[in-house]
Amino acid sequence: MDKPIYLDNNATTACDPAVVEAMLPFFTEQFGNPSSMHSFGNKVGFALKEARARVQNLLGAQFDTEIVFNSCGTEADSTAILSALRAQPERNQVITTTVEHPAILTLCDYLEKEGIIVQKLKVDRRGRLDLDEYKSLLNDRVAIVSAMWANNETGTIFPVEEMAELAHAKGIMFHTDAVQAVGKLPIDLKSSKIDMLSLSGHKLHAPKGVGVLYLRRNTRFRPLLRGGHQERGRRAGTENAASIVGLGVAAELALQHMHTENTEVKRLRDRLERAVLAAVPNTFVTGDPSNRLPNTSNIAFEYIEGEAILLLLNKMGIAASSGSACTSGSLEPSHVMRAMGIPYTAAHGTTRFSLSRWTTEAEIDRVIAAVPPIAAQLRKLSPYWNGDGPAEDPEKAFAPAYA
Amino acid sequence: MWEYSDKVREHFFSPRNAGPLEGSNAVGDVGSIKCGDALRLMLKVDPANETILDAHFQTFGCGSAIASSSALTEIIKGMTLDAALKVSNQDIADYLDGLPPEKMHCSVMGREALQAAIANYRGEEWKDDHEEGALICKCFAIDAVMIEDVVRANGLTKVEQVTNYTKAGGGCSSCHEGIEEILAMVADDCDQESEIVTAAPVCAPPAKPEVMNASKPVAAPKMTNFQRMRRIEEVVEEIRPMLQRDHGDIEIVEVVGRNIYVNLKGACVGCMMEAATLGGVQTKLCEALGELVQVLPAAMLAHASV
Ligand code: FES
Repeated sequence: MDKPIYLDNNATTACDPAVVEAMLPFFTEQFGNPSSMHSFGNKVGFALKEARARVQNLLGAQFDTEIVFNSCGTEADSTAILSALRAQPERNQVITTTVEHPAILTLCDYLEKEGIIVQKLKVDRRGRLDLDEYKSLLNDRVAIVSAMWANNETGTIFPVEEMAELAHAKGIMFHTDAVQAVGKLPIDLKSSKIDMLSLSGHKLHAPKGVGVLYLRRNTRFRPLLRGGHQERGRRAGTENAASIVGLGVAAELALQHMHTENTEVKRLRDRLERAVLAAVPNTFVTGDPSNRLPNTSNIAFEYIEGEAILLLLNKMGIAASSGSACTSGSLEPSHVMRAMGIPYTAAHGTTRFSLSRWTTEAEIDRVIAAVPPIAAQLRKLSPYWNGDGPAEDPEKAFAPAYA
Repeated sequence: MWEYSDKVREHFFSPRNAGPLEGSNAVGDVGSIKCGDALRLMLKVDPANETILDAHFQTFGCGSAIASSSALTEIIKGMTLDAALKVSNQDIADYLDGLPPEKMHCSVMGREALQAAIANYRGEEWKDDHEEGALICKCFAIDAVMIEDVVRANGLTKVEQVTNYTKAGGGCSSCHEGIEEILAMVADDCDQESEIVTAAPVCAPPAKPEVMNASKPVAAPKMTNFQRMRRIEEVVEEIRPMLQRDHGDIEIVEVVGRNIYVNLKGACVGCMMEAATLGGVQTKLCEALGELVQVLPAAMLAHASV
């Protein structure tokens, strides 16, 4: 079989070989603990400082001490929200959106049980927020607003800089989960009012198990983990030195390739999308095509189910992902699709293709050739499909006794 | 990605009997588009002897839904309707060399489509009586609806009790938080109800696990020996379907005073849950008899009786 094609870069990315190479010495000769006084540790401490500066540069942060290394995006999300609540006990509300990553939503559900009031902003059919609704919810009981920079499933971008300004004007902290945006969109935090930002290494060709919480200077903060003085006491626990070094290199590379992401990667994405939509009837793009990540295309295939699509794609050596219920083990399709009001007959068939700077023209050609027969094959099995179009009035043609 | 057996993959990649069936005289439509599964089963039944001559399906669903549909049509071809009605969802799963716990509902859907199609042929109305909830315990494929029903029906208050009755929580234990949430929710409901109506008939009185551990048995109600035996038998009969669902079975071998010796059969033997199963049976028997009894494997009878 041909080399597999990886179009699931919003899930995770392959480490850049340069990243791996930079990391290797930190498993062997550079094993020191950066906190130690001797020279074994000293070198590592220096490498961490360099990595910190590189991440600072990618995020456009004003100070390198605003970069707090941790284990992952989820940890950064939890740290941000819990910190805001603990540092401001007089405030008991959180504003977020219905389409956040589970790292935010599951935490918020849990906080609700503890008595915190969580307001979730709705989105329209294109996945966009209503800023008037947002403004109406800002009040002095709100501890923090947390809104993602870009959606992992559709790539839709939220106006987080504007939202941060609005929150700031009311004296409310603003956090953004930017794990999908970092490296794909230019970010300049020093000229924004964003107080906290989550970043995950493995989404930008660094290894898994390393992340960053950006914490604006003078933001009131309560650590999640207490213990050592690492990260200036804001995240105790011996540093994951090798991974942090890797993340530093990945940040530098991301900055270098930012232009490619927004030109070449975007062009390939658009080509794939246009060809699939043209070749397969009853398909549409979900999210906001005019305002989204350059690497992401989420296509809804009506009347067929996403996991089945993925299995057949996988057989052709193509890796993508789906918003179908079946891929998650839950009974409902993706909460993002539901929030946008995508009908169930389409939501279960949503398929996400997420490219990277390594995606090639030839790979896109292969995917364009593979997708139409797969859709046709599954539609032949579908009770909602009849010959070459949806069964007439599909809801009526097939109205099962609901199990 | 799911761990599908080769058989599942094979039936998914090349499904048998897919597509509409010309001249079918029995159709069963089941599923829920919300959950992403919908299945239409079409049969051609010979009216002379009620034999299934041909079976086709159309399925909107994931890999295992399509494979389950395909397997079902293969299993039932050539069967009489009465024989086909005996096909269980476990039979479908077995035919496919097993399904992941999250996917067992795909085989349930197959069985339901079969019932619906046969009802359709016989001019009856088929009603779906099963409700499916979020999967709570992955080790034993037990969903929230089932746990809630059992908790309500038996007034359970502790995770171990839920494990004894349903097995949920008896494996890796990572679902205990979820089970505790259901227990708390039911307990809340009961409180509210009992505020409105003094006697809360919907909620069974909370089970008293102390009974099990009490050094002295609670005052045994007056039951003749015969009644007592009958009661033991009844309780075990009630439990059997649950074990049979998992390909197990239980039989009473001997009752010696407070010791009830049983044989566990089939899948129950040597299963990691054997002890828990016996524990569950014991709890039920203690409650039914109002006395403290011990349920032991029949193998121990040899040592005990001498
Ligand atoms: S998930 Fe319930 S015991 Fe493992």
